[in-house]
Amino acid sequence: MKSLSDSALAARVAQDIPDGSYVNLGIGKPTHVSAHLPEGREVLYQSENGLLGVGPVPPTGAEDPELIDASKRFVTPATGAAYFDQTDSFAMMRGGHIDIAVLGAYQVAENGDLANWATLDEKYPPAVGGAMDLVVGVPTILVMMRHVNRDGSPKLLKTCSFPLTGLGVVSRVYTDLAVLDVTPAGFRLVELAPGNSLDAVQALTEATILT
Amino acid sequence: MDKTVADLARAVAPITDGASIMIGGFGSSGIPFGLIDALCAQGTTGLTVISNNAGAGETGIATLLKAGRVAKVICSYPRTPGSIWFERRYEAGEVALEVVPQGTLAERIRAAGAGLGGFLTPTAYGTRLAEGKETRVIDGRGYVLEAPLHADFALVRAARGDRYGNLSYHATARNFNPVMAMGAAHTIAEVRHLASEPLDPETVITPGIFVQSVVEYGVRP
Repeated sequence: MKSLSDSALAARVAQDIPDGSYVNLGIGKPTHVSAHLPEGREVLYQSENGLLGVGPVPPTGAEDPELIDASKRFVTPATGAAYFDQTDSFAMMRGGHIDIAVLGAYQVAENGDLANWATLDEKYPPAVGGAMDLVVGVPTILVMMRHVNRDGSPKLLKTCSFPLTGLGVVSRVYTDLAVLDVTPAGFRLVELAPGNSLDAVQALTEATILT
Repeated sequence: MDKTVADLARAVAPITDGASIMIGGFGSSGIPFGLIDALCAQGTTGLTVISNNAGAGETGIATLLKAGRVAKVICSYPRTPGSIWFERRYEAGEVALEVVPQGTLAERIRAAGAGLGGFLTPTAYGTRLAEGKETRVIDGRGYVLEAPLHADFALVRAARGDRYGNLSYHATARNFNPVMAMGAAHTIAEVRHLASEPLDPETVITPGIFVQSVVEYGVRP
Protein backbone atom coordinates (compact mmCIF):
# COMPACT_ATOMS: atom_id res chain seq x y z
CA MET A 1 0.00 0.00 0.00
CA LYS A 2 1.11 3.52 -0.67
CA SER A 3 -0.24 5.90 1.96
CA LEU A 4 -0.48 9.69 1.50
CA SER A 5 1.24 11.77 4.20
CA ASP A 6 -0.96 14.02 6.36
CA SER A 7 0.25 17.06 4.48
CA ALA A 8 -0.37 15.48 1.05
CA LEU A 9 -3.87 14.55 2.24
CA ALA A 10 -4.49 18.12 3.41
CA ALA A 11 -3.31 19.39 0.02
CA ARG A 12 -5.70 17.00 -1.77
CA VAL A 13 -8.68 18.26 0.27
CA ALA A 14 -7.62 21.87 -0.34
CA GLN A 15 -7.91 21.31 -4.12
CA ASP A 16 -11.68 20.91 -3.68
CA ILE A 17 -12.27 24.14 -1.72
CA PRO A 18 -13.67 26.66 -4.25
CA ASP A 19 -12.72 30.33 -4.38
CA GLY A 20 -15.04 32.49 -2.29
CA SER A 21 -16.12 29.76 0.14
CA TYR A 22 -16.82 30.02 3.86
CA VAL A 23 -15.23 26.94 5.41
CA ASN A 24 -15.09 25.43 8.90
CA LEU A 25 -12.06 23.23 9.57
CA GLY A 26 -12.46 20.72 12.40
CA ILE A 27 -9.82 20.27 15.06
CA GLY A 28 -6.78 18.09 14.38
CA LYS A 29 -5.80 17.13 10.82
CA PRO A 30 -8.40 19.31 9.02
CA THR A 31 -6.75 22.42 10.52
CA HIS A 32 -3.86 21.94 8.06
CA VAL A 33 -6.03 22.22 4.93
CA SER A 34 -5.82 26.03 4.85
CA ALA A 35 -2.02 25.97 4.49
CA HIS A 36 -2.41 24.11 1.18
CA LEU A 37 -5.06 26.24 -0.53
CA PRO A 38 -4.06 26.72 -4.20
CA GLU A 39 -2.87 30.25 -5.05
CA GLY A 40 -5.41 32.73 -6.31
CA ARG A 41 -8.33 31.50 -4.19
CA GLU A 42 -9.77 33.61 -1.37
CA VAL A 43 -11.49 31.54 1.33
CA LEU A 44 -12.67 32.67 4.77
CA TYR A 45 -12.24 30.05 7.50
CA GLN A 46 -14.68 30.06 10.40
CA SER A 47 -13.44 29.12 13.84
CA GLU A 48 -16.43 28.18 16.03
CA ASN A 49 -15.09 30.04 19.07
CA GLY A 50 -15.87 33.33 17.35
CA LEU A 51 -13.65 34.22 14.39
CA LEU A 52 -14.58 34.34 10.70
CA GLY A 53 -11.32 34.74 8.79
CA VAL A 54 -8.66 32.65 10.52
CA GLY A 55 -5.22 33.88 9.47
CA PRO A 56 -1.76 32.37 9.85
CA VAL A 57 -0.14 31.42 13.15
CA PRO A 58 1.70 34.48 14.56
CA PRO A 59 5.49 34.58 14.95
CA THR A 60 6.88 33.50 18.32
CA GLY A 61 6.55 36.33 20.82
CA ALA A 62 3.61 37.94 19.01
CA GLU A 63 0.93 35.50 20.25
CA ASP A 64 -2.26 36.96 21.72
CA PRO A 65 -3.68 34.56 24.37
CA GLU A 66 -7.15 35.92 23.60
CA LEU A 67 -6.88 35.17 19.87
CA ILE A 68 -7.08 31.41 19.30
CA ASP A 69 -8.82 28.98 16.96
CA ALA A 70 -11.04 26.00 17.83
CA SER A 71 -7.94 23.78 18.16
CA LYS A 72 -6.69 26.30 20.78
CA ARG A 73 -3.79 27.34 18.53
CA PHE A 74 -2.69 30.98 18.55
CA VAL A 75 -3.81 32.57 15.27
CA THR A 76 -4.11 35.97 13.60
CA PRO A 77 -7.16 37.53 11.93
CA ALA A 78 -7.14 37.27 8.12
CA THR A 79 -7.97 40.31 5.97
CA GLY A 80 -11.74 40.77 6.15
CA ALA A 81 -12.09 38.92 9.47
CA ALA A 82 -14.84 39.42 12.07
CA TYR A 83 -15.26 38.48 15.75
CA PHE A 84 -18.59 37.39 17.22
CA ASP A 85 -20.13 35.48 20.11
CA GLN A 86 -21.25 31.84 20.33
CA THR A 87 -24.88 32.37 19.36
CA ASP A 88 -23.85 34.10 16.11
CA SER A 89 -21.18 31.48 15.50
CA PHE A 90 -23.69 28.63 15.65
CA ALA A 91 -26.31 30.57 13.70
CA MET A 92 -23.72 30.63 10.89
CA MET A 93 -23.51 26.83 11.05
CA ARG A 94 -27.09 25.72 11.72
CA GLY A 95 -28.51 28.47 9.53
CA GLY A 96 -26.75 27.12 6.45
CA HIS A 97 -24.40 30.10 5.97
CA ILE A 98 -21.16 28.08 6.01
CA ASP A 99 -20.51 26.32 2.68
CA ILE A 100 -18.14 23.48 3.63
CA ALA A 101 -16.93 21.76 6.80
CA VAL A 102 -13.92 19.45 6.88
CA LEU A 103 -14.06 17.04 9.82
CA GLY A 104 -12.15 14.10 11.22
CA ALA A 105 -13.98 10.83 11.93
CA TYR A 106 -13.81 7.58 13.85
CA GLN A 107 -16.18 5.91 11.39
CA VAL A 108 -18.18 6.73 8.25
CA ALA A 109 -20.96 4.45 6.96
CA GLU A 110 -21.90 3.92 3.31
CA ASN A 111 -25.17 5.86 3.85
CA GLY A 112 -23.20 8.94 5.00
CA ASP A 113 -23.66 8.43 8.75
CA LEU A 114 -20.79 9.99 10.70
CA ALA A 115 -19.36 8.93 14.09
CA ASN A 116 -16.71 11.30 15.44
CA TRP A 117 -17.63 12.29 19.01
CA ALA A 118 -17.79 9.24 21.28
CA THR A 119 -16.39 5.73 21.41
CA LEU A 120 -17.88 2.69 23.15
CA ASP A 121 -15.42 3.08 26.06
CA GLU A 122 -17.60 4.33 28.94
CA LYS A 123 -14.58 5.34 31.04
CA TYR A 124 -13.55 7.83 28.38
CA PRO A 125 -15.61 11.05 28.69
CA PRO A 126 -17.36 11.95 25.42
CA ALA A 127 -16.72 15.39 23.89
CA VAL A 128 -19.00 16.68 21.13
CA GLY A 129 -18.08 20.36 20.76
CA GLY A 130 -19.66 21.85 17.63
CA ALA A 131 -19.62 18.69 15.48
CA MET A 132 -23.36 17.94 15.72
CA ASP A 133 -24.28 21.55 14.90
CA LEU A 134 -21.96 21.61 11.88
CA VAL A 135 -23.25 18.42 10.29
CA VAL A 136 -26.92 19.47 10.43
CA GLY A 137 -26.35 22.94 9.02
CA VAL A 138 -23.43 22.86 6.60
CA PRO A 139 -24.49 21.52 3.18
CA THR A 140 -21.13 19.94 2.25
CA ILE A 141 -19.43 17.79 4.89
CA LEU A 142 -16.00 16.51 3.86
CA VAL A 143 -14.34 13.89 6.04
CA MET A 144 -10.57 13.60 6.22
CA MET A 145 -9.10 10.57 8.00
CA ARG A 146 -6.81 7.54 7.82
CA HIS A 147 -8.39 4.71 5.82
CA VAL A 148 -8.08 2.21 8.70
CA ASN A 149 -7.55 2.30 12.48
CA ARG A 150 -4.12 1.77 14.03
CA ASP A 151 -4.95 -1.91 14.52
CA GLY A 152 -5.86 -2.22 10.83
CA SER A 153 -9.62 -2.44 11.39
CA PRO A 154 -11.79 -0.60 8.86
CA LYS A 155 -13.28 2.89 9.40
CA LEU A 156 -15.40 2.88 6.23
CA LEU A 157 -18.28 0.64 7.23
CA LYS A 158 -21.70 -0.67 6.23
CA THR A 159 -23.06 0.66 9.54
CA CYS A 160 -21.31 2.71 12.25
CA SER A 161 -20.87 0.91 15.57
CA PHE A 162 -19.96 4.07 17.52
CA PRO A 163 -22.60 6.66 18.56
CA LEU A 164 -23.55 8.87 15.62
CA THR A 165 -22.76 12.55 15.22
CA GLY A 166 -25.22 12.93 12.35
CA LEU A 167 -27.31 10.76 10.03
CA GLY A 168 -26.53 10.65 6.30
CA VAL A 169 -24.50 13.86 6.43
CA VAL A 170 -21.15 13.04 4.77
CA SER A 171 -20.65 14.12 1.14
CA ARG A 172 -17.12 12.89 0.45
CA VAL A 173 -14.35 11.05 2.30
CA TYR A 174 -10.61 11.69 1.80
CA THR A 175 -8.27 9.04 3.18
CA ASP A 176 -4.59 8.31 2.77
CA LEU A 177 -5.56 5.65 0.20
CA ALA A 178 -8.57 6.98 -1.72
CA VAL A 179 -11.19 9.66 -2.29
CA LEU A 180 -14.77 8.35 -2.14
CA ASP A 181 -18.12 10.05 -2.73
CA VAL A 182 -21.13 9.07 -0.64
CA THR A 183 -23.95 8.34 -3.11
CA PRO A 184 -27.47 6.94 -2.63
CA ALA A 185 -26.00 3.55 -3.69
CA GLY A 186 -23.01 3.73 -1.32
CA PHE A 187 -19.32 4.73 -1.56
CA ARG A 188 -18.26 5.51 -5.13
CA LEU A 189 -14.56 5.73 -6.03
CA VAL A 190 -13.38 9.16 -7.13
CA GLU A 191 -9.68 8.34 -7.20
CA LEU A 192 -7.04 6.13 -5.63
CA ALA A 193 -3.94 7.60 -4.00
CA PRO A 194 -1.03 7.05 -6.40
CA GLY A 195 0.42 3.54 -6.27
CA ASN A 196 -2.68 1.73 -4.95
CA SER A 197 -5.04 -0.78 -6.54
CA LEU A 198 -8.80 -0.89 -6.03
CA ASP A 199 -8.59 -4.52 -4.84
CA ALA A 200 -6.06 -3.64 -2.13
CA VAL A 201 -8.12 -0.65 -0.93
CA GLN A 202 -11.37 -2.65 -1.04
CA ALA A 203 -9.73 -5.28 1.19
CA LEU A 204 -9.27 -2.58 3.86
CA THR A 205 -12.86 -1.32 3.52
CA GLU A 206 -15.87 -3.06 5.08
CA ALA A 207 -18.38 -1.37 2.77
CA THR A 208 -18.37 -2.06 -0.96
CA ILE A 209 -16.60 0.52 -3.12
CA LEU A 210 -18.55 1.20 -6.33
CA THR A 211 -16.77 2.28 -9.49
CA MET B 1 -25.94 53.66 39.32
CA ASP B 2 -22.64 52.05 40.24
CA LYS B 3 -22.13 48.28 39.87
CA THR B 4 -18.41 48.31 40.61
CA VAL B 5 -17.14 46.13 43.44
CA ALA B 6 -13.82 46.83 45.16
CA ASP B 7 -12.25 43.39 44.90
CA LEU B 8 -12.71 39.83 43.63
CA ALA B 9 -13.54 38.38 47.07
CA ARG B 10 -16.45 40.78 47.53
CA ALA B 11 -17.66 40.09 43.99
CA VAL B 12 -18.03 36.33 44.57
CA ALA B 13 -19.33 36.61 48.17
CA PRO B 14 -23.01 36.14 47.13
CA ILE B 15 -22.23 32.67 45.69
CA THR B 16 -23.31 29.93 48.10
CA ASP B 17 -22.88 26.14 48.26
CA GLY B 18 -24.83 24.22 45.63
CA ALA B 19 -25.11 27.16 43.23
CA SER B 20 -25.23 26.73 39.44
CA ILE B 21 -22.59 28.89 37.75
CA MET B 22 -21.98 29.71 34.10
CA ILE B 23 -18.31 30.38 33.44
CA GLY B 24 -17.30 32.13 30.21
CA GLY B 25 -14.34 31.18 28.06
CA PHE B 26 -13.23 28.83 25.32
CA GLY B 27 -9.92 27.05 25.71
CA SER B 28 -7.71 29.51 27.58
CA SER B 29 -9.38 32.56 26.06
CA GLY B 30 -11.91 34.79 27.87
CA ILE B 31 -11.85 32.88 31.15
CA PRO B 32 -12.49 34.90 34.35
CA PHE B 33 -9.43 33.47 36.11
CA GLY B 34 -9.51 36.04 38.93
CA LEU B 35 -13.13 35.33 39.88
CA ILE B 36 -12.59 31.56 39.74
CA ASP B 37 -9.57 31.81 42.06
CA ALA B 38 -11.57 34.00 44.47
CA LEU B 39 -14.47 31.53 44.42
CA CYS B 40 -12.07 28.67 45.15
CA ALA B 41 -10.48 30.63 48.02
CA GLN B 42 -13.95 31.29 49.43
CA GLY B 43 -14.49 27.53 49.82
CA THR B 44 -17.90 27.35 48.11
CA THR B 45 -18.70 23.75 47.16
CA GLY B 46 -21.27 21.47 45.53
CA LEU B 47 -21.26 23.65 42.41
CA THR B 48 -22.82 22.94 39.03
CA VAL B 49 -20.48 24.46 36.46
CA ILE B 50 -21.82 25.34 33.00
CA SER B 51 -19.03 26.10 30.54
CA ASN B 52 -17.75 25.04 27.12
CA ASN B 53 -14.76 23.13 28.50
CA ALA B 54 -13.91 21.61 31.88
CA GLY B 55 -10.58 23.27 32.52
CA ALA B 56 -7.01 22.36 31.62
CA GLY B 57 -3.79 22.24 33.60
CA GLU B 58 -4.07 23.68 37.10
CA THR B 59 -5.92 26.92 36.27
CA GLY B 60 -9.48 28.11 35.72
CA ILE B 61 -12.19 25.48 36.17
CA ALA B 62 -9.46 22.89 36.85
CA THR B 63 -8.74 24.76 40.11
CA LEU B 64 -12.30 24.13 41.29
CA LEU B 65 -12.23 20.48 40.17
CA LYS B 66 -8.88 19.88 41.86
CA ALA B 67 -10.25 21.32 45.13
CA GLY B 68 -13.32 19.04 44.90
CA ARG B 69 -15.84 21.88 44.67
CA VAL B 70 -17.69 20.73 41.56
CA ALA B 71 -20.62 18.28 41.73
CA LYS B 72 -21.64 18.52 38.08
CA VAL B 73 -20.26 19.84 34.79
CA ILE B 74 -22.53 20.80 31.89
CA CYS B 75 -20.36 21.42 28.82
CA SER B 76 -19.75 20.53 25.17
CA TYR B 77 -16.11 19.51 25.24
CA PRO B 78 -14.74 18.34 28.61
CA ARG B 79 -11.75 16.51 27.17
CA THR B 80 -9.00 18.86 26.02
CA PRO B 81 -5.22 18.49 26.13
CA GLY B 82 -4.33 18.82 29.82
CA SER B 83 -7.86 18.33 31.23
CA ILE B 84 -6.37 16.05 33.89
CA TRP B 85 -8.45 17.22 36.85
CA PHE B 86 -11.74 16.74 35.07
CA GLU B 87 -10.70 13.28 33.84
CA ARG B 88 -9.50 12.26 37.31
CA ARG B 89 -12.77 13.34 39.00
CA TYR B 90 -14.87 11.82 36.21
CA GLU B 91 -13.11 8.44 36.34
CA ALA B 92 -13.52 8.36 40.13
CA GLY B 93 -17.25 9.08 39.76
CA GLU B 94 -16.88 12.29 41.77
CA VAL B 95 -18.33 14.63 39.16
CA ALA B 96 -21.45 14.20 37.02
CA LEU B 97 -21.26 15.14 33.34
CA GLU B 98 -23.91 16.39 30.93
CA VAL B 99 -22.56 16.76 27.39
CA VAL B 100 -24.46 19.29 25.27
CA PRO B 101 -23.64 20.18 21.64
CA GLN B 102 -21.89 23.54 21.63
CA GLY B 103 -24.50 25.43 19.61
CA THR B 104 -27.31 23.93 21.68
CA LEU B 105 -25.48 24.94 24.87
CA ALA B 106 -25.22 28.55 23.66
CA GLU B 107 -28.84 28.64 22.49
CA ARG B 108 -30.21 27.06 25.70
CA ILE B 109 -28.44 29.78 27.66
CA ARG B 110 -29.79 32.42 25.27
CA ALA B 111 -33.32 31.00 25.63
CA ALA B 112 -33.02 31.39 29.41
CA GLY B 113 -31.86 34.98 29.06
CA ALA B 114 -34.42 35.85 26.41
CA GLY B 115 -37.40 34.47 28.33
CA LEU B 116 -38.12 31.60 25.93
CA GLY B 117 -39.58 28.26 26.94
CA GLY B 118 -37.17 26.35 24.70
CA PHE B 119 -36.52 25.87 20.99
CA LEU B 120 -36.48 23.24 18.24
CA THR B 121 -33.06 22.44 16.78
CA PRO B 122 -32.02 19.91 14.12
CA THR B 123 -28.78 19.38 16.06
CA ALA B 124 -28.42 15.87 17.56
CA TYR B 125 -31.66 14.62 15.98
CA GLY B 126 -31.48 10.82 15.76
CA THR B 127 -28.38 10.62 17.99
CA ARG B 128 -27.77 9.50 21.57
CA LEU B 129 -27.83 13.13 22.77
CA ALA B 130 -31.49 13.40 21.78
CA GLU B 131 -32.60 10.25 23.61
CA GLY B 132 -35.59 10.88 25.88
CA LYS B 133 -36.25 14.31 24.39
CA GLU B 134 -39.37 15.44 22.59
CA THR B 135 -38.96 15.62 18.81
CA ARG B 136 -40.94 17.05 15.91
CA VAL B 137 -40.78 16.75 12.15
CA ILE B 138 -41.33 20.07 10.36
CA ASP B 139 -41.36 20.19 6.54
CA GLY B 140 -39.77 16.75 6.48
CA ARG B 141 -36.90 17.62 8.80
CA GLY B 142 -36.41 16.28 12.34
CA TYR B 143 -35.96 18.63 15.30
CA VAL B 144 -35.24 18.15 19.01
CA LEU B 145 -36.99 20.25 21.67
CA GLU B 146 -34.35 21.78 23.93
CA ALA B 147 -35.10 23.50 27.24
CA PRO B 148 -33.70 26.82 28.47
CA LEU B 149 -30.64 26.51 30.71
CA HIS B 150 -30.79 28.85 33.69
CA ALA B 151 -28.08 29.50 36.25
CA ASP B 152 -27.84 31.32 39.57
CA PHE B 153 -24.62 33.09 38.59
CA ALA B 154 -22.42 33.84 35.59
CA LEU B 155 -18.73 34.65 35.85
CA VAL B 156 -17.60 36.49 32.72
CA ARG B 157 -14.39 38.12 31.52
CA ALA B 158 -14.32 41.29 29.41
CA ALA B 159 -11.63 43.66 28.17
CA ARG B 160 -13.38 46.84 29.31
CA GLY B 161 -16.27 47.71 31.54
CA ASP B 162 -17.87 50.76 33.15
CA ARG B 163 -19.88 51.41 36.31
CA TYR B 164 -23.15 50.72 34.45
CA GLY B 165 -22.01 47.16 33.73
CA ASN B 166 -21.52 47.77 30.00
CA LEU B 167 -18.85 45.44 28.59
CA SER B 168 -16.65 45.13 25.51
CA TYR B 169 -14.39 42.25 24.62
CA HIS B 170 -11.11 41.49 22.88
CA ALA B 171 -10.81 39.15 19.87
CA THR B 172 -11.93 35.53 20.52
CA ALA B 173 -12.25 36.14 24.27
CA ARG B 174 -15.88 37.10 23.59
CA ASN B 175 -17.12 33.51 22.96
CA PHE B 176 -19.71 32.51 25.63
CA ASN B 177 -19.34 35.63 27.79
CA PRO B 178 -22.15 37.81 26.34
CA VAL B 179 -24.75 35.03 26.22
CA MET B 180 -23.91 33.84 29.73
CA ALA B 181 -24.20 37.39 31.05
CA MET B 182 -27.72 37.33 29.64
CA GLY B 183 -28.62 33.83 30.87
CA ALA B 184 -27.78 33.98 34.57
CA ALA B 185 -29.76 35.58 37.38
CA HIS B 186 -26.66 37.33 38.76
CA THR B 187 -23.73 38.12 36.48
CA ILE B 188 -20.33 39.09 37.82
CA ALA B 189 -17.96 40.62 35.27
CA GLU B 190 -14.20 40.60 35.68
CA VAL B 191 -12.78 43.37 33.45
CA ARG B 192 -9.21 43.97 32.47
CA HIS B 193 -9.79 47.69 32.50
CA LEU B 194 -12.50 49.50 34.45
CA ALA B 195 -13.10 52.70 32.51
CA SER B 196 -13.59 55.89 34.54
CA GLU B 197 -15.89 57.27 31.83
CA PRO B 198 -18.86 55.30 30.41
CA LEU B 199 -18.01 53.18 27.34
CA ASP B 200 -18.92 54.60 23.93
CA PRO B 201 -22.40 53.11 23.30
CA GLU B 202 -21.27 52.04 19.79
CA THR B 203 -18.62 49.76 21.32
CA VAL B 204 -20.81 48.09 23.96
CA ILE B 205 -21.27 44.37 23.23
CA THR B 206 -22.99 43.42 26.51
CA PRO B 207 -25.45 46.09 27.68
CA GLY B 208 -25.11 46.73 31.41
CA ILE B 209 -28.65 45.55 32.16
CA PHE B 210 -27.34 41.97 31.96
CA VAL B 211 -24.57 42.59 34.53
CA GLN B 212 -25.00 42.90 38.31
CA SER B 213 -21.43 43.62 39.38
CA VAL B 214 -18.12 44.65 37.81
CA VAL B 215 -14.68 44.15 39.29
CA GLU B 216 -11.34 45.17 37.81
CA TYR B 217 -8.71 42.47 37.43
CA GLY B 218 -5.91 43.88 35.30
CA VAL B 219 -3.92 40.68 34.95
CA ARG B 220 -3.68 39.62 31.34
CA PRO B 221 -4.11 35.83 31.10
